[in-house]
Amino acid sequence: MVETVLFWLSAACLLTGGAFGVLGGIGLIRFPDFYSRLHAAGITDTLCALLIIVGLLIQAGLALISIKLLLILLFLLFTAPTASHALARAAMVDRSPPEVTGDPVPGEPSSKS
Amino acid sequence: MRYLVSLALLLALLWLGISGVYKPLLFLLGGTSVLFVVWMSRRMDVVGVEHNPVLYSWRLPIYWGWLVWEIVKANVAVARAALWPDRHLRPQVVRVPVRLATPVAKVTYANSITLTPGTVTLLLEPDFIEAHALLESTARDLESGEMERRIAWLENRP
Amino acid sequence: MNTVLVVTALAIFATMALALVRALKGPTVYDRIVAVNVFGTKTVLIVALITAISGNDDLIDVALVYALINFIAVVAVLKLVRMRDLGAAGEGDITDG
Repeated sequence: MVETVLFWLSAACLLTGGAFGVLGGIGLIRFPDFYSRLHAAGITDTLCALLIIVGLLIQAGLALISIKLLLILLFLLFTAPTASHALARAAMVDRSPPEVTGDPVPGEPSSKS
Repeated sequence: MRYLVSLALLLALLWLGISGVYKPLLFLLGGTSVLFVVWMSRRMDVVGVEHNPVLYSWRLPIYWGWLVWEIVKANVAVARAALWPDRHLRPQVVRVPVRLATPVAKVTYANSITLTPGTVTLLLEPDFIEAHALLESTARDLESGEMERRIAWLENRP
Repeated sequence: MNTVLVVTALAIFATMALALVRALKGPTVYDRIVAVNVFGTKTVLIVALITAISGNDDLIDVALVYALINFIAVVAVLKLVRMRDLGAAGEGDITDG
């Protein structure tokens, strides 16, 4: 009984994770500019990774491998924003500030370097 | 010195979790590498406040739980935008004030903003953050300052 | 359970293919680095999935190490592109000191 529930839970996590991965990939292709694509990359780095690792964790149960899976999740979640920020910062300093179609920007985006 | 000890403990725990083979020789090698890394960190002068054990309070898991829920909500919104970009995309730069005091809290705030899909920190200054928001909803969420209040709560230990 | 794992792995492969398309199309070098970063994190997930599919638990160490290498590689490439020099000193910010 418990096993069936865990099986379906794990399967649901894995498949939604995969689906979010593909959605992030589609966003990566379709979004118009660099800064938007950064957000699409964010989907695949956060929820996709989170769900797949959780799905594998449910399958693994309590074992040494689950510690390593948790560590992988921790590393991914700690490094993803750092990499995104580094990319955004480098692009901003180097090239054009983001294009804005919404609200007017309060103050110029400064480019201290 | 206290920071060094907590770093060594953390590294030892990490080693125990990753190794999986527990024999005397390996314990010796593990202990040696822990000491080596601690010595190197001291030499490189990278041991700082972030190794303060007090930072790991019981509030951290609660904050993480809340953050994961925020990430799930933001992910659904951004995934919808990936399917219908014309209808949802409103790229904009928002500037939010930062009232948090310590550098660790500020960096936590900036990193949490970047980790949530739909918002990426562009610039972290002592008193404000400039972030790029993909959608109207994520921009409004950021401006509401909910996340900053949570981090202030996380920081404000009794 | 293996079917589910294989389907998930295929979805991840599709994501990697999409990232590769973006990496080839560009248009700026930063678009390419984002795509390569996505490709790298997906590699970590693929290795973790292959560990579960094959049942060979030792493979998980590869994923663990790749997660770290990927991050360092992306930051290094970024620095090389930005500064044209891996040894150049970075800019100061509020976390210094």
